[in-house]
This record gives sequence, C-alpha cells and structure tokens, in this order.
Amino acid sequence: MTRTHTDREYEAKLDELRQRLVAMAERVDGMVEASVRAVVTRDTALAEATIAIDREVDRCELECDELCLLVLARWQPMASDLRSITIALKMVTDLERIGDLAVNICERALQLNAQPAFEYETIPKMVVIVREMLGDAVRAFVDHDSELARTVLPRDDEVDEHYHTVFRALMQLMRDDPTLLDRGIHVQSVAKFLERIGDHATNLAEQAIFMAAGKDVRHLHKVPRT
Amino acid sequence: MSVDLQPSGRAHDIRRRGNNLGERAFIALSVVAIAVPLLILGGLVVNTLGDAIGRLDWDFITSYPSRRASAAGILPALIGSLWLIGLTAVIALPLGVGAALWLEEYGGKSRLAGFIEVNIANLAGVPSIIYGLLGLGLFVRFLGLGRSVLAGALTLSLLVMPIVIIATREALRTVPGHLREAAAALGATRWQVIRQVILPMSLPGIMTGAILSISRAIGETAPLIVVGALTYVTFLPAGPGDPFTALPIQIYNWVSRPQEAFLVNAAAGIMVLLVTMLVLNSVAVLLRNRLQRRTRR
Amino acid sequence: MTLATLAPGAARAAEPRPKFVTHQLEAWFGTNRVLKGIDMAIAEHQVTAIIGPSGCGKSTYIRCLNRMHEMVPSARIAGRVELDGQDVYGADIDPVLLRRKVGMVFQKPNPFPTMSIRDNVLAGMRLSRRKLAKSEAEGIVETALRGAALWEEVKDALKKPGMDLSGGQQQRLCIARSIAVEPDVLLMDEPCSALDPIATARIEDLLHELKKRYTIAIVTHNMQQAARVSDRTAFFLSGELVEMAATNTIFTSPSDQRTEDYITGKFG
Repeated sequence: MTRTHTDREYEAKLDELRQRLVAMAERVDGMVEASVRAVVTRDTALAEATIAIDREVDRCELECDELCLLVLARWQPMASDLRSITIALKMVTDLERIGDLAVNICERALQLNAQPAFEYETIPKMVVIVREMLGDAVRAFVDHDSELARTVLPRDDEVDEHYHTVFRALMQLMRDDPTLLDRGIHVQSVAKFLERIGDHATNLAEQAIFMAAGKDVRHLHKVPRT
Repeated sequence: MSVDLQPSGRAHDIRRRGNNLGERAFIALSVVAIAVPLLILGGLVVNTLGDAIGRLDWDFITSYPSRRASAAGILPALIGSLWLIGLTAVIALPLGVGAALWLEEYGGKSRLAGFIEVNIANLAGVPSIIYGLLGLGLFVRFLGLGRSVLAGALTLSLLVMPIVIIATREALRTVPGHLREAAAALGATRWQVIRQVILPMSLPGIMTGAILSISRAIGETAPLIVVGALTYVTFLPAGPGDPFTALPIQIYNWVSRPQEAFLVNAAAGIMVLLVTMLVLNSVAVLLRNRLQRRTRR
Repeated sequence: MTLATLAPGAARAAEPRPKFVTHQLEAWFGTNRVLKGIDMAIAEHQVTAIIGPSGCGKSTYIRCLNRMHEMVPSARIAGRVELDGQDVYGADIDPVLLRRKVGMVFQKPNPFPTMSIRDNVLAGMRLSRRKLAKSEAEGIVETALRGAALWEEVKDALKKPGMDLSGGQQQRLCIARSIAVEPDVLLMDEPCSALDPIATARIEDLLHELKKRYTIAIVTHNMQQAARVSDRTAFFLSGELVEMAATNTIFTSPSDQRTEDYITGKFG
C-alpha cells in the first residue's frame, strides 16, 4: 500500500470508511467487555448503560452502509478497493450483530442481578479469547494482514470447546440442585452469546483474508474450488 | 421546486472595451486588397467590351479570317482553342493525376520520388516560352508531329502538368488516414484503396486542379507561337494532326496589325476568349460542386 | 480459488481454443520499441480486453495481429504471430487476405464518406469478389446490418450517405462493414471512446452477440467497459504484458501490484 489514489477525494472517502469501521469495532468491543463485566460484577447500571450504547452502533452501521453505497455509485471501485467495499458491507453486519449479542448478555445480567449471586469462572476466560479474535480480525482487515487473520480461525474452536465445558458443567449443577435452574439457564445463555460472538469474529477474519489475499476461504469443505 | 439564487456579489469587468481598432483596420485593408484588383479587372473588361461591341455578333464567331477587318471572323481560332483544350485535358489530366498518385501513394520517400518532386516544383516556375522551345524540339521536330494541334496540346500539357500534379497531391493529402486504414483493414489492396476510397474523395480537389490548368492553357500564346500555330487559317482542323490556330494567337495577330479596325476585332476576340474560358470553368465548377455535395463532411 | 472459479459452469466449460497466439512479439516505430516481447493468447469465441495507459502498446499489439502495424513507414516487428497455428508473417501470407479474415473497427467511426449505407456495408465484399448479384447483395446487407444491430434503424434509408447517421450508428455501420466480409476475428481499437453512454451500451450489448460467431479483441481505455464486456483481460504497461487473467479475477483480485495500482486509479 505504498501508492495512494490519484483522485484524492476517492482516497479520502475510502480512508473515512476504514476509520468508521475501526471506530465501530472499538465501540462494539467495548460493549462486549462491559457486558461481561456487568455479569461478573453484578453491575446493573453498567448493563443499562451498555444497552444504551447499542443505538450508537446501529447508527454506525447505517452510516457505513451509506458511505459504501456512495463510493460504489460514484467511483465504481475495482480490485482491492472493490473488495474493501463489499467486505465493509458485510463487516458492519457482523459488528452490528456482535453489538446485539452484547445487549443480550446485558439483559441476562439484569436477570441474574435480581437473584442471588451465582458465578462461573469460564465466562471471563471466554471473553478474553473472543475479544482478542475480534481485535485481531479488525486489525488484519485494516492492515491487509492475511497471516494475522488466519490465526483467528483456530481460536474459534477454543471458544466452542469452552462453551461445551460450560454447558456440561451447568447441566450437572442444575441436575444436582434444581433451585439453580433459573440462574443456570441465564449463565448458559451468556456463554452461548459469547460463542456466537466468536463465530462473528471468525466471519470478520475470513473477510479480512479475502480483503488481503483476494481468496475466499469460506465454506471451503462444503463448496470446493477448482 | 423554487430556486433562490443570490448573486455572489463579485463584480466582473466583462463589458466591451475600446473599439478594437486593430481588427477594424485589418478588415478595411482586406476590403481594399480585394476591391482594387476587382476594379481594375472590371475596368478592363468594360473598356474592352466598349471597343468590341460593334464587332460582336454571330458572323464574327462563324466567319473565317479575312484581309478586310470588317469581314474577319474568329471561327478557326475558337475551334482550334477548343481542340487544344480538349486534347490538353485528355493528355494532362490522366498523366498528372497518375503522377500525383504515384508520388503520394507509391513513391513514398524514395530518392526517385524526391528527384521528381524537385523537378515538378522547378517546372512550375519555368517561363512558358521555354516550354514552347521544348515542344518545338521534341514534338514538332524529333517526334515529327509537325505544326499540328497535337504538338500544341502536348506542349500545353507539359505546361499545365505541374499545376495538375500539385493540386491533385493536395487533394490526395486531404483524405484522412483513418479512411485508408478502414479500407485496408477490410482487405483492400493498395489500388483498391485508391480506386474505391481515395480517388472518389479527392475528385473535387482534382477538379480544381483541372479548372486551374484549363484556365492557364486557354490563355497561353508564347509556346504556341514557338510550336508554330498559324496566324491565318481559313479551314478548321479535322483531326489532331492538322495545323491550327488559337484564340490568343489570333488576338495577338490582330493587335499587331496597323489598322484601327483590327484592334476592334482583337477586342471582340478577347471577349470571345473570356466567355469561352468562363463557360468551360463554369462547367467544371458545377461538376465539382456536384461531387462535393456527395462527399460533404 | 478466486471469484472467477465460482462462476456457474466455469469449472465444467471446455478450455477455449486459442485463436491468436503471439510469441515474444516485439514492435518498433523506427528505433522506438513499443512492444517488448509479448507472449499471449486470444481465445476463440471470447472477448479479450486489452487495457493499459496511453502509450502502453495495446493498440500496436492488435495492429500487429492483422498486419496493419507495418503500414506505418519505419514500423517493423519481431517474434511470431499465429492465427490458428499459422504464422501470419510467413513469406507465403498475403496481408490483404489476412485482413479479410481479421476485421478491424477503429476508435473514430469511419464510414466511407462517398458511399451510401448500403455501399458501405458492401465495400469489403466488392473488393474480394468481382460481381455480386443484386439479390445476393441485398441479403448480405441485411444480414450484416442485423448482425450489427442496425438494420431496424436504417432499413428504409439504405441509399442515404453513411455519414448521415449518428456517431453510434456510424460505428455499428463500421461493424456491419467488417462482418459483411465474414471474418473470423474482430479487432476493436477503442470502439466506444467517441460515443455517448447509450451508443456505448448498444455496442457492448452487441459484443455479447458477436462473440458467438467471432473472436473479439478489444482495446479500451475504459476499465469498466473491459470489466463489462470481456471474458479475459490483459493489462499492458510500457510495452509489456503485466498480467492476463479471467476478467473476474483481474477486476476483483489481480495478482500484480502494478495491475492493482492501475485499475484502482493509483498512478505515479
């Protein structure tokens, strides 16, 4: 990326899009972090504040989509520019979904806070991995770094692993003590939401690979390419 | 939708300034430049017409020369001139157009082409009497054509050939290169490109060359005198091998007579010459315009 | 594993036969080498687009294919150009006959100004055959004009001068003139650069039809046009072939950085 576009207006618009995407990703990442903290620290105010942030994220999605449409209509981007626009359109969808999942976690936090404390240590571990995946996927997109993006993919298996551990452990607990049923289901949902966030981060990483290398690595085992 | 446009408030000085003295002076000069020669020419024609008016009648045109000025006519000279022009056109146009085609389309940048080009440029500047001497030596004596219409026409052909060649080359050059390419890309040979595309397009320009050369040939006197046009002819040439006279020769002959009456004949002869030239040129111009309408744009 | 390979049927379609192949093709104007050894193939019944900045040699390249390059004084070539395996610069090849097999459409619409629409279409035919029966001529005129998607617009005005048509119609007349001689290949040198978007769209639409019968190579400045009409795209830069690939690949993920810079609009 040594050269810049001859048309500086075009260059500026593409740059603006990159910055908006990064800002949206940072905001969403903050929501994920805060939502899990609201669960762990039983912080109702934090959960409510985080739910409010989602409106900002939704606005980011609309603005990014509009910018993509405008660049498509006015400059008919080609090659890496074309990939970056189409990828940006998909990325905002994934990011917005992650924001929604963070909201779902906050809603569970509100439910859990109305009941006696019930902690589970695997949740904070999951969120660390998921946030790293999200951060690396977005950085890989911005830096056109397909190597970094590729490191994200196997981490999704780790997250799935953690989720299954949580699921089995909770089942056992609830079987042993049926009074935990209500809270157990909420914690299980939080783990499920985190697992889903991991899936969206994986999508982002795959998109970053396509952006950087022009190779589509999605569904490789189901739709073989020649 | 209503548009509310506020003027920007900036004032531009774009009003007409001065009265463009330079441009007006140039236009005035141009008008003078065209008016002076036109006036002189008009005066000459009117003056000559005044002298000639008494003798200009059908008899003058259909009579043979005579020792009596009042009985003398211009028929042999008129017919002789028409023979000369016709033959000259038949000889000079194909040769000149052919030469121009070779130079433009085939000769390229070869040394031979360069040599011929220099010669043509030089020939255009040679005094016409020299052509007469060449014609006398080459056609009349060496080729044994004698003092015939053919020898005269050949001499005039030499004289006008540079005009035809130069005009034709100019016309050929105006055919855009992309049309040659279009024809070549269709699988046309060089000759087919010339025949189908280049010649039809340059025909108006070639006609201009023909007009110029006819005008030149019809008024030439000196080479014809040298080649041996007669001054007193009481018959009409029946073929290219016959002796002949021509309008300018006849006029020259009458002018050099001492009697006042022959001067009037000369004036009448000049008018016939002028009208003949105008008629021939008009035909050529009409022909050219018709062609141009076909190739407009 | 690019987008191109995802196109329906792309994997199953038979590999197209090369129509033109050039080996180490070099072209000069005097001492100026404008093509520096081009190895390239133009596939049969495909549209091959050649893109690149001005002076990259893309026009010269296609003019070498029908031997129009040599019509410029001081122009010469080196290397080999094969049409269906036959060396077109061989001693036994008549360039005039070659050009009947390999038609060309130029940047500026150039109908012959002295000819009617009908005569323009027949111009090429009249060169290759001495006499055409009237009915046969009518058939050729209609077929060629239909082939160039112009018939409906001019069928009642065949006697009118070709120059009376609009620019886009003139260009389609030139296409009709080219296909009337039944060539195998159509070379197009920026055929739409003098046309408005509607006329351009008509020609682009026509290209999709024409490639069923002819092999087409089109030189264009307009990258979007190359992207729209071609099956394969070649990118030329300073007399070299930088990259050639399926059009879908070139415009989504070219492999050479110079191609990427050119098509995304990053110059110098």
